[in-house]
Amino acid sequence: MFRNLKITCDQATTICDKNQYGEASIKELIKLNIHFIKCRICARYSKQNTMLSSLYKGHAQYCKDLKHSLSLKEKKDLKVLLKKNKE
Amino acid sequence: MTEEKHALTPNKWIDNYADYLYNFTISRVNNTDLAKDLVQEAFLAGLKSAKSFQGKATERTWLVSILKRKIIDHYRKTNSKKGKAEVRMNFYDDGENKGSWLEERVPQNWDNTSEKQIENEELRYQLEACIDKLPEKYAMVFRMKTVQEFETEEICKELGISSSNLWVIIHRARTQLRKCMEDNWFNN
Repeated sequence: MFRNLKITCDQATTICDKNQYGEASIKELIKLNIHFIKCRICARYSKQNTMLSSLYKGHAQYCKDLKHSLSLKEKKDLKVLLKKNKE
Repeated sequence: MTEEKHALTPNKWIDNYADYLYNFTISRVNNTDLAKDLVQEAFLAGLKSAKSFQGKATERTWLVSILKRKIIDHYRKTNSKKGKAEVRMNFYDDGENKGSWLEERVPQNWDNTSEKQIENEELRYQLEACIDKLPEKYAMVFRMKTVQEFETEEICKELGISSSNLWVIIHRARTQLRKCMEDNWFNN
């Protein structure tokens, strides 16, 4: 019965990453927590992963607040190019 | 009831959509020069296929769909060229240790995380540098999922990959990123 719940470190950390986005299933989380009981390395990975996720979230917000735009010259050049290709 | 038909106005494309398409592209490729090239290509492709525009979608939606195809073409090109060579292994991939951590990749304890976790320019710079070291495909999927916060389904649809493929990419990207941050920030 428990053999089905056994996973490798690679699989455990994949579930761990998936869980950072709230997309791991209950079954996967059970397997992950059973794995943590015997694997302190993956437990450490999980703890650090949560910390990194908050760092990524802060970075995501920063990126979202950034607005890029083309320069007036670039827009002018594009207009010329489109006009030329339209003819 | 008849559906409203949209029309194309190429003379207004640059003023109306250039910045929107440019931002859309940067969020996916994170390279200003490349983003400019792709936007230009999309506009030119739009002009070429203007005759096939049926007016069912808005002009912007139609241009975005052309741009998406350009981005996917770029993604496929880079994927076949250099993406595969840069993948760093973290786990044994065969033998009795298959799936276990490679010794040199085992996560280490981090020193002074509370002091070093402070959000600042330097940290952001290091994080961006680590993301840039990822294979392009990994960086792209990671950014779409983590930075742009797209739904899994949307990314899979846009890039033509399965959800299990997406999670393998995210996992490899995050494992590689974790190691890079460990070496260059947390334990530096």
